[in-house]
Amino acid sequence: MPRKTMIEAIRDALDVSMGRDSQVIVYGEDVGFFGGVFRATQGLQAKYGKSRCFDAPISESGIVGSAIGMAAYGLRPCVEVQFADYVYPAYDQIVSEAARLRYRSNGDFTCPIVVRMPTGGGIFGGQTHSQSPEALFTHVSGLKVIVPSNPHDAKGLLIAAIEDPDPVIFLEPKRLYNGPFDGHHDKPVTPWSKHELGEVADGHYTIPLGKAAIRRPGSAVTVLAYGTMVYVAQAAAEETGIDAEVIDLRTLLPLDLDTIVASVKKTGRCVVVHEATLTSGFGAELVSLVQENCFYQLEAPVARVAGWDTPYPHAQEWDYFPGPSRVGRALLETLEA
Amino acid sequence: MADAGLLRFHVPEPEVRPGGTPDFSNVTIPKAGSVPRPEIDVDPRTIRDMAFSIIRVLNRAGEAVGPWAGLLSDEELLEGLRHMMTLRTFDARMQMAQRQGKTSFYMQHLGEEAVSCAFRKALQPGDMNFPTYRQAGLLIADGYPMVSMMNQIYSNEADPLKGRQLPIMYSSKEHGFFSISGNLATQYIQAVGWAMASAISNDSRIAAAWIGDGSTAESDFHSALVFASTYKAPVVLNVVNNQWAISTFQGIARGGSGTFAARGLGFGIPSLRVDGNDYLAVHAVAKWAVERARANLGPTLVEYVTYRVGAHSTSDDPSAYRPKAESDAWPLGDPVIRLKNHLIHKKVWSEDRHTQVEAEILETVIAAQKEAESHGTLHAGGKPSTRDMFEGVYAEMPPHLRRQRQQAGV
Repeated sequence: MPRKTMIEAIRDALDVSMGRDSQVIVYGEDVGFFGGVFRATQGLQAKYGKSRCFDAPISESGIVGSAIGMAAYGLRPCVEVQFADYVYPAYDQIVSEAARLRYRSNGDFTCPIVVRMPTGGGIFGGQTHSQSPEALFTHVSGLKVIVPSNPHDAKGLLIAAIEDPDPVIFLEPKRLYNGPFDGHHDKPVTPWSKHELGEVADGHYTIPLGKAAIRRPGSAVTVLAYGTMVYVAQAAAEETGIDAEVIDLRTLLPLDLDTIVASVKKTGRCVVVHEATLTSGFGAELVSLVQENCFYQLEAPVARVAGWDTPYPHAQEWDYFPGPSRVGRALLETLEA
Repeated sequence: MADAGLLRFHVPEPEVRPGGTPDFSNVTIPKAGSVPRPEIDVDPRTIRDMAFSIIRVLNRAGEAVGPWAGLLSDEELLEGLRHMMTLRTFDARMQMAQRQGKTSFYMQHLGEEAVSCAFRKALQPGDMNFPTYRQAGLLIADGYPMVSMMNQIYSNEADPLKGRQLPIMYSSKEHGFFSISGNLATQYIQAVGWAMASAISNDSRIAAAWIGDGSTAESDFHSALVFASTYKAPVVLNVVNNQWAISTFQGIARGGSGTFAARGLGFGIPSLRVDGNDYLAVHAVAKWAVERARANLGPTLVEYVTYRVGAHSTSDDPSAYRPKAESDAWPLGDPVIRLKNHLIHKKVWSEDRHTQVEAEILETVIAAQKEAESHGTLHAGGKPSTRDMFEGVYAEMPPHLRRQRQQAGV
């Protein structure tokens, strides 16, 4: 099977979707002729024409707002926000409009759009090229929120998102675009060509939304992670020798609660890991659900390892980013508790 | 240059406040028939002055004059008059229903009836409006059942929106009326996106965007103009300038730009101003803009100069911020009376006939109201089920909502 980077897998997903359905329209800043600042849309304009893939003015609310109108017409826009850090001008359109259109019109109008955006840190991106704003979307009724962690999933989930009848926020960890990253920034990065999840089947396939994947089966403790932190958690398990079960949530909303609960009931312990800031982050929801559903099986408090409650710094990148040593420490403390 | 001293902060104020004498002497009203009617493929640069004038058809004597006159037959005008009278009666009854506690909230169109009623007649089936909460004339003029509107207002068991929406936030795809949102200006850019989609699909349908004077200050107004201009989207960008955004006069949103129509000029969009209380002028200008859009000539911005005669909503008391008699002093008069006088002048209408039709309309509206109330009002009678509250968030109900629905006992 061919191996691809996550960027190539995303481009492939867009290509497959545009080829199958003429209603799929792709646009955003620098997305057309240039093919995107991360090359995710390279070649699409040449292949499908300027009516299907085009450059947009620098206006996030304009991009998402126009996509909602297109969806109301009957198209399936898959738009790009250049960095998740710049989605805030479109927040009103996403929260007040896209998420509620089906509900408030009783299905008279619907909003099958996908908003793609590169997310996450670990790249010396500083305050406005590193944020993980997923909790701002998981709190919104009517949205679906996806964070893939590898090329295989990225393609299958993106095609599923484009085909989904409801609005989807698709957060792409840009640190994973070219290879998996376990937080060991001092070691050379392995490319996706060396990783089995870099295997991306040609043509059309989907991965159902709302289904988690167990990346590392284990019996001692459950780790709930997504995006880059999946690899950090796996590295922490190997380095501490703790038999952790690492679950890659993949879809945050709707959440695969069954997989989570089955695992925690088995292990009796749980550590939640994300890059986003701690307070009111998505981890709080995960901890709450584990507590509600697994209280009598829990043998230790559920721990959270997250970004600190500060804006994302530049020079202190590796003091901020929750790396394998911080996650490993939490695993040990949870086992000893 | 001389020393200007310390800086001073500028906050615009309306000419007159409560207790003062209404004064519109600063509003220049061009003579009916005085503004030329360009071809639809005119070079926008040559008609920039139209953004600072007012297109008018009906003169003081009730005659239709000038190049924008003569598009509608007597029958069409009589129908238009009936639509405006129906909307006004509908408003009065629903306003009363709110006072009687049958619903929580209502917003009237008093004085602005011509804008949405006349605009609707310039569209074709399949075109899509992206209205604000003050364009119900689009529904009335398209024959949307009044009972359905009332069911929505009452949030009763027959409410097409299942009780999920605040009163008057209608939605009807079938009647080219996009779902209304409480968030101002959001629909303006959505309309442009809909129009872009129509062009992408090589369709022939066009979109109409709607916004009030106050909401032009929202950022979505600007993104809509950029996108409409960049992609030459087939959209009519309507600005209803009724002088007031709740308590703030239009100068707070307009700043020093002179007119709202002038906002379009910087984007290279042909921008027209029209007498919003002149049914014939509104229709003629709307038709011009709609034809431009359909001929692939791109967007047009239209400012409707009118006056919000009623309170902002049933929760508002305008006597706290503007003179009580200000609407009487409004120089463009009342749209219903002006069209009525025109039709009387043409000898196809009379005061007697008008009074008679007024009574007929009231009867029809009351009958609709009775039917709607048989399905319940906000606090009495039939209402949407609690199950409906959980439906429609997504196409398919996800597990967490199923659990919550069970917890709610439904």
